[in-house]
Amino acid sequence: MSSSLTADRVVIRFAGDSGDGMQLTGSQFTNTSAIIGNDVSTFPDFPAEIRAPAGTLPGVSGFQIQFGSVDIHTPGDAPDVLVAMNPAALKVNLGDLPRGATIVVNEDAFTETNLKKAGYEQNPLEDDSLQGFRLIKLPITTLTRTALEEVDLDTGSKDRCKNFFALGLMYWLYERPLEPTLAWLEQKFAKKPVLVEANARALKAGHAYAETVELFQGHCRVAPASHLPAGEYRQVTGNEATALGLTTACKQLGLPLFYGSYPITPASDLLHFLSRYKNFDVKTFQAEDEIAAVCAAIGASYAGNVGITGTSGPGVALKSEAIGLAVMVELPLVVVNVQRAGPSTGMPTKTEQADLLQALWGRNGESPVAVLAPATPADCFPMAIEAVRLAVEHMAPVMLLSDGYLANGAEPWRIPAESELPELTVRFARADGSPFEGYRHDPETLARPWAVPGTPGLEHRVGGLEKWDVTGNISYDPQNHQRMCELRAAKIARMRVPDQEVEGDPEGELLVVSWGGTYGAVLSAVEQLRREDGRRVGLAHLRYLNPFPKNLGEVLGKFERVLVPELNLGQLDTLLRARFLVETIGYPKIQGRPFKVAELVAKMREVLA
Amino acid sequence: MTQATVVKLKKKDFESDQEVRWCPGCGDYAILAAIQRTMPELGIPREKLVFVSGIGCSSRFPYYMNTYGFHTIHGRAPAFATGIKCANPELSVWQITGDGDGLSIGGNHLLHVLRRNPDINILLFNNRIYGLTKGQYSPTSEKGKITKSTPYGSIDQPVNPLKFAIASGATFVARTMDADIKHMMQTFKAAAAHKGVAFIEIMQNCPIFNDGAWKGFTAKKERPERVLYLEHGKPMLWGKKKNRGLVLDGFDFRERSWEEGDEVPSDVLVHDAQAEKSSLAYLMTEIEHPLPVGVFRAVQKPTYEQEMLAQIETAKQKIGHSDLGRLYREGANTWTVAPKD
Ligand code: SF4
Repeated sequence: MSSSLTADRVVIRFAGDSGDGMQLTGSQFTNTSAIIGNDVSTFPDFPAEIRAPAGTLPGVSGFQIQFGSVDIHTPGDAPDVLVAMNPAALKVNLGDLPRGATIVVNEDAFTETNLKKAGYEQNPLEDDSLQGFRLIKLPITTLTRTALEEVDLDTGSKDRCKNFFALGLMYWLYERPLEPTLAWLEQKFAKKPVLVEANARALKAGHAYAETVELFQGHCRVAPASHLPAGEYRQVTGNEATALGLTTACKQLGLPLFYGSYPITPASDLLHFLSRYKNFDVKTFQAEDEIAAVCAAIGASYAGNVGITGTSGPGVALKSEAIGLAVMVELPLVVVNVQRAGPSTGMPTKTEQADLLQALWGRNGESPVAVLAPATPADCFPMAIEAVRLAVEHMAPVMLLSDGYLANGAEPWRIPAESELPELTVRFARADGSPFEGYRHDPETLARPWAVPGTPGLEHRVGGLEKWDVTGNISYDPQNHQRMCELRAAKIARMRVPDQEVEGDPEGELLVVSWGGTYGAVLSAVEQLRREDGRRVGLAHLRYLNPFPKNLGEVLGKFERVLVPELNLGQLDTLLRARFLVETIGYPKIQGRPFKVAELVAKMREVLA
Repeated sequence: MTQATVVKLKKKDFESDQEVRWCPGCGDYAILAAIQRTMPELGIPREKLVFVSGIGCSSRFPYYMNTYGFHTIHGRAPAFATGIKCANPELSVWQITGDGDGLSIGGNHLLHVLRRNPDINILLFNNRIYGLTKGQYSPTSEKGKITKSTPYGSIDQPVNPLKFAIASGATFVARTMDADIKHMMQTFKAAAAHKGVAFIEIMQNCPIFNDGAWKGFTAKKERPERVLYLEHGKPMLWGKKKNRGLVLDGFDFRERSWEEGDEVPSDVLVHDAQAEKSSLAYLMTEIEHPLPVGVFRAVQKPTYEQEMLAQIETAKQKIGHSDLGRLYREGANTWTVAPKD
């Protein structure tokens, strides 16, 4: 009889060749864990190459999940368990493992060729280099083949089921039911029953194998999380939540959504998702390039749809002239930037937050736009709605700064009831007999009238040349230019955005100010520091970067020190210093990877010492 | 009772209150007048008309039209126009561009708007020079042209706009000239009637930087001997006496002439703008003497916006219209967290 341990949180990393199906394995484990009530957070990490040479280090694909009975904010710093399907996967991931971690390896893959491809001089399973870890080696390929003996498939296809054998092992170890995955297989391979059978057999065989050979010392029990509010849940990735949020906002406005986009990592999924939502009057336009994508979106806004474009940093660079035009003609436009590591092509599949200053200032002339940033994958939903709300309410471009980590990471999302969704309204201009003034601004929102072609009596011309205030005619008048530049700036500065909330201590020794996708890690670190060290620490995580929340200056003044961790060389830090004249302490990390909780805790301790 | 009388609009109704600012003698004036005279004949209400342009002398055009107008950024007007047309297919969208805007900085977009076939009319004012930036050679300038930026003569091979349009798959392709208002109006009307993208090259003179851009072709007295007016279903004839015709000779054309009053020889080509294959129209773009003007090609294909809307309609019928609850759950495993007591 095996015994049972309990844990309040566990981190597993599935790693293998990009052809080994690790993303699938990881997402199945995540789904099942979510269904049984754990809180979860995931981090897929895959190579940029579609198919890097098999067995090599660049070809390694990983999927990390943290699940727990407690509030989970991040995919975890370091895995408790690494499943390595080949030597390259072991080599790439070993450095992240703490001593004592469990390593499950497919020893069949540790052949001489594979060892050489991974750069191993000798087999690490046979020397003492893995001492200090709990190494569990088993011939997963052979065991899978045996389990599938009676299935009518060629050996290659059978071998492709070995990830489900590994998944079965993990399901046994963490007491997960097989049913959700079995049901998924039925659906996925409905047209190929032999694949349903093969994968189901592999899954069950892995599960049974763990049981019969007592591979692990016992089960590990992770109870359902109790902090999640009641309701119906599903998992969402950031890109899914963004697409759903944009669609929801346009539905609430009662306007068609026009999405112009050019495929780019890691934003392409937005185009994929939205192109399936046609029954919501979503028009997707895969343009010939980034510039045409944003221009078509602006054209659609001009004609009364909600024009939206999505891209990553290099695409924003190409779109900048057109975004400036949207500023000038004062039309609603949402630009989603799913940031990735730059500059230039950079590291397309790796995450970074280095486009903040580009969002604010990356255009010619005084060209202000609103800038928002979701904090978690599920937070992309309300922030996408916010972006549309602000764009339409103020007739202005809004940039939504997501990132690769949010875009591909997943977490549980409580599905909102329609009654919980914000009500959004739009008012198109109508002729009232008096001469039409295309640039008469609403005194409160500073929006100009949205006068849509097709409306009788409002025929007018807009364009990129400077406009007379009120009439909208072309103007080179010096005073008018200053007035209009100030007006466009004030329009953004005056936007109604919620006050900044502070988590943890409302005043005290240290305020951590962060933004965007780092939220989970920073919150975990702040919680840990308050719990373990008893220091008075607060967290101000910004979701509104332009304009800043009105009370931000006040919040900053309530703490002795201000630490600004971000995945760039100090962009928010620069803004805070310039804007509030505060002595901040920057904590830049720019490695294409998210923050680890431990490194944040260490930095905070150093600052407080 | 509501007033149902349709007010017949006049040229004046299409003139905006903005002072026209092209150089004196610029060919653009005639084009503007031709458009303003064509519009009333189309019977389209003013509010349904949108003029979209990029940057350049020609791109100031929308400011002078008392309709909706959007003066956008350099070269990108095709993308704006496509977005406008997709957002509201009921609008009549006219894109104004030039040889620099359309074929240099905007060459990529022009290719794609032509192949997609939205119902947009594209007027390319070809003066074979950069006017607004004061006299550099353009992508349609002849090789060897001396300009401010080519003191030793241009070494660029020029692009032929019609050849480009036909090769891109445009469903309507025509050429006309600033000096012939009647022909312009006729061509604009044909473009407006065409469902799908209509591309028109307008030979335009720039008296300031490229005077005589089309010397030898457009002057009234030269035209009969130098220009071949294409008419669908009619033999390709020219000459004061209409006694010169084009015949096909392998992959080239030859001239055939005959005595005035004689019957047109049977091998003289009859113009077929609706030919399924574009090969002959493509070959015709290479003819310089006589220069063919008129509609080279007019074929029917579904428009981009029609197909976009059709997919939306199909999706609504298949999946149902706008049920957010269903969207949120589609393809996802859901689970329920029970309320705590
Ligand atoms: S520069 Fe040439 S094309 Fe431009 S307005 Fe003057 S004459 Fe016309």
